[in-house]
Amino acid sequence: MNAAAAALTDERVLIDHSPPAVAAHEVARRYGEGDTAVDALRGVSLEVPDRQLTAVMGSSGSGKSTLMHILAGLDQPTSGSVEIAGVEITSLKDNDLTKLRRQHIGFVFQFFNLLPMLTAEENGVLPLTIAGRRPERAWLEQLLDSVGLQDRRKHRPSELSGGQQQRVAIARALVSRPTVLFADEPTGNLDSATSAEILELVRRSVDELGQTTVMVTHDASAATIADRVLFLADGQIAKSLARPSQAQVIDAIQEVPGQ
Amino acid sequence: MTGVALRGLLARRVRAVLTALAIVLGVAMVSGSFVLTDTISKAFDSIFTSSYSHTDAVVSGKKLVDYSNGGNATVSQSLLERIKRMPDVEAASGALIDLNGDSTHATLIGRDGKAIQSNGNPTFGFGIDPSQSRFNPLKLKSGTWATGGHDVVIDSETAKKHHFHVGDTIGVAASGPKERFRIVGTATYGDVQSLGGATLAIFSIPTAQRLLDLDGYSVISVAAKPGVSSGTLVSDLKRELPQTAQVRTGKEQANEDKKGVASFISFIRGFLLGFGGIALFVGAFVIFNTLSITVAQRTRELATLRTLGASRRQVLRSVVLESFVIGLLASAIGLVSGFGLAKGLSSLFGALGLTLPQASSVYATHTFVISLLLGVVVTVLAGFVPALRATRVPPIAAVREGAVIQRKKRLGPAAGVVLFGIASALIAYATLGGHLGSGKSLLALAGGALLGLLGVAGFAPVLVTALAGVVGIPARRLGGAAGRLATDNATRNPARTASTAAALMIGLALVTFVAVLGKGLHGSVDRALNKQVAADWVVTSQNGWSSFPAAAGTAAAKAPGVTLASSIRSDRGRIGKANVTVNGVEPATITRVYHFQWKQGSDVTLAKLDGHGALVKQAFAKKHDLAVGDGFTLRSPAGKPIRLTVAAIFQPPRVMELLGGVVISNDAFDRTFPRPTNSLTLIKGSPTQAGLDRALAAFPDAKPQTRAHYVTAQSSFINTMLNLLYVLLALSVIVSLFGMLNTLVLSVFERTRELGMLRAVGMTRRQARRMVRHESVITALIGAALGLPLGIMLAAAVTHALGKYGVTFSLPVASLVIFTVAAMIAGILAAIAPARRASRLNVLEALQYE
Repeated sequence: MNAAAAALTDERVLIDHSPPAVAAHEVARRYGEGDTAVDALRGVSLEVPDRQLTAVMGSSGSGKSTLMHILAGLDQPTSGSVEIAGVEITSLKDNDLTKLRRQHIGFVFQFFNLLPMLTAEENGVLPLTIAGRRPERAWLEQLLDSVGLQDRRKHRPSELSGGQQQRVAIARALVSRPTVLFADEPTGNLDSATSAEILELVRRSVDELGQTTVMVTHDASAATIADRVLFLADGQIAKSLARPSQAQVIDAIQEVPGQ
Repeated sequence: MTGVALRGLLARRVRAVLTALAIVLGVAMVSGSFVLTDTISKAFDSIFTSSYSHTDAVVSGKKLVDYSNGGNATVSQSLLERIKRMPDVEAASGALIDLNGDSTHATLIGRDGKAIQSNGNPTFGFGIDPSQSRFNPLKLKSGTWATGGHDVVIDSETAKKHHFHVGDTIGVAASGPKERFRIVGTATYGDVQSLGGATLAIFSIPTAQRLLDLDGYSVISVAAKPGVSSGTLVSDLKRELPQTAQVRTGKEQANEDKKGVASFISFIRGFLLGFGGIALFVGAFVIFNTLSITVAQRTRELATLRTLGASRRQVLRSVVLESFVIGLLASAIGLVSGFGLAKGLSSLFGALGLTLPQASSVYATHTFVISLLLGVVVTVLAGFVPALRATRVPPIAAVREGAVIQRKKRLGPAAGVVLFGIASALIAYATLGGHLGSGKSLLALAGGALLGLLGVAGFAPVLVTALAGVVGIPARRLGGAAGRLATDNATRNPARTASTAAALMIGLALVTFVAVLGKGLHGSVDRALNKQVAADWVVTSQNGWSSFPAAAGTAAAKAPGVTLASSIRSDRGRIGKANVTVNGVEPATITRVYHFQWKQGSDVTLAKLDGHGALVKQAFAKKHDLAVGDGFTLRSPAGKPIRLTVAAIFQPPRVMELLGGVVISNDAFDRTFPRPTNSLTLIKGSPTQAGLDRALAAFPDAKPQTRAHYVTAQSSFINTMLNLLYVLLALSVIVSLFGMLNTLVLSVFERTRELGMLRAVGMTRRQARRMVRHESVITALIGAALGLPLGIMLAAAVTHALGKYGVTFSLPVASLVIFTVAAMIAGILAAIAPARRASRLNVLEALQYE
């Protein structure tokens, strides 16, 4: 483990008695009204443990995306509460949410969402640029090393492969050392070989940097890298597995109702 | 974040340039107007300043009336002698030079026997004393000054243009018949190359006095002895002067001379800036629309920035910054293009017969400041609503496909209806109150028109679907599947189509307004002239509105076939402190060639008009509280009084009145007014054109024509005016064309995947092109469908208000058809590039495009 990561770990030790990175309590989300109302989430409670990778699985319509959007403060629950780093976020004003995002949240998207006019490096440090901060040189170099983009730093997204683009996106999510990183189907737009590389990178960031991560996926192989897998069905947590094998995941998927 | 915004702009530079074009033309018009008017102003400045550069005091006749044909009072030879003997005077010299009045005019005649200058620009005839070179504003370029009675010096510009050289002879006509002179030299006025189409004929003092029928001098220039201030000199001189003369310092006189020109220049400036303003207004629509579309297309990017921690304020700032940079870029390009446009405007005025004096172009600080400021402010304001919209992009749009910006409840249509209501009220106030022409009502009219346009633009989205259904009929009939898809495309985002069409609507509404009003005015001018003139032939000056030598009327009477020639004299006089147009008529014959509409009195009263009787216009009688039998005193421009008694009251038409407030007999006129001239000579009988031309050969400035030709020529200024307005309004139509181009480019870009799909299921390249073209034409026709009725409505209101001037409402159908066709052509032109792009898409790549 290198110095920076060690420092990070030390910091985590200090806040060990503080609340979990993310906690949700009885979160429900209803879309629409009256007869056409759809309940996407029907009371989900969970805690995301620090320095662990939590995967959320479920079929489409299970509510897994809605859950992640609400956990990340992108969407509002109809009822229930969500805390990030001990802060209740469902009632936050837009400006406070913005501050929260800068400090505590990193995002990795299915479609990468890189800015086409910026180079890989510029995309990587964008959250700091937006917050008006300068990246520490050593930290940036380490990050570029670990995502394997040292020789691509001056390339633009259009000159990078899908896998490389997602690496840039991961670097971007890690650069501000967020309390929690949300990954939304990070391998959903990649072939299987590239997917494996990206998953390995996500796992490594948890192990080496202690990065708390929540990953939504419907890919059974993706779930196997998680410390814990939550299975969502019909807007509720149907099952929870710790460090499951791929076979266990596939079994769980078939077991859970609504498939 | 600023860097990110700028990088984004750089990456979308083609789009940025296209957006910028919308504002470039407006700014160019603004900068061009300033450069042009500043340049003209400088040219005049140097003309006037050089007139008095070595002069401490200027003595001239007092100006009693404005726009006099006969000119101001002169100052006498004896006054000059007295001034020369004054102790403080170093030197004094008299000259016949009057740049503002009409008394020092002489027409130069070309080798073809026709007047060189016939379009209304000044034809100066000066008399100078070359021995007093310190006071001489003219500079000799070749040859010598005129000394003998048959010598003339002409301006070098005219000499060059018409190939006259020293030693040649040239015809000159002043207050009498034309005479031949020998050119002994060429000269310029100060250092000014061209007086803007004006010609100069410079004679010796006695020759000029004889030709111009002037006694004494128009000005006496005086230089003070060393140590005597011009202030002291002026107060010395004041004691010596008769009542009819005045004295000013050289500087004061130069400023005084500038006054008339300055108001003319500021009028031209305001006029041109108005069109710049319209182009900027249209440009604002285009900017608004283009930025709205680009913001919509960047939803995901903006949302991603939000998830990465960008605040709403940062998003707002980045979009505002973008419009600021676009505005600055556009204004800079516009500013520089304006320098070229100034030359174009100058030629445009030249083509319409208004040649302006030339000097090297003036680039004043205010041109830069105002152009840049205006362009940037308009762009940023127009971009502000899209920027606000950008701040409403929710972060979740970064992950959710097809997330749309939350709209606040759409206020557009309701606000549009309210605005339109206010606009209608303003226009009704301006046009129904019967006081159109007052500053307040004109302001209400302009404000109403502006709000009306905004209002229609506001509720246009509601109309788009229905309008597209109608104007899309040809597309669907002729365009097949492509035509049907085009109609659907035009209506799928009504707000976008509406604001694209609205930009075109503005230009078309104004053009339509001008055309309808023009036709109404045309009719009223024709009717007014036909009602007044009962003659078979009419003699006017070459330009149709200035006056010509009275002797020409007598000459015309001698042409074979003329049974009767009745001349109308014209000048301005003064009653109390007011100026009034005074005409002289032949009491015995005028009623046979001019139809009076009597309020009190009759043709019989007129026939008996004596040297002290006057016919007065009803409005004049009312203003001065005069009834038949009342007396009043009128003074000529030279200050000579005449006591008159009201004999009858008449009411000419309110437009193109050929007789002014006071009409007296020609005998009385000739006794009172210096250098009497005719505005018209009306002829009965059946002379031939050749016969009249021969009879008038000595008067190159007199132009005989039949009554029908005369009426047409008189109303032709309306066509000239219309053409000028069309050219200037075309600018805003071009701006809206850029808007249509922008929208199409962005729509095609946005529908890349869809186009790929259509191609994949069998749409040909041709059909893809046709689809885009039809959409463009439909948008243009929606603009026409909104603009034409709006223009017609506005014109209907205004013609109603002008009804008392005989203006009637009538639709210029041919013009309206042309405008509609022009809108379609604009649509086709705007679609060229986008249609090409749409047809050249690589199907496979387009399908994978996201």
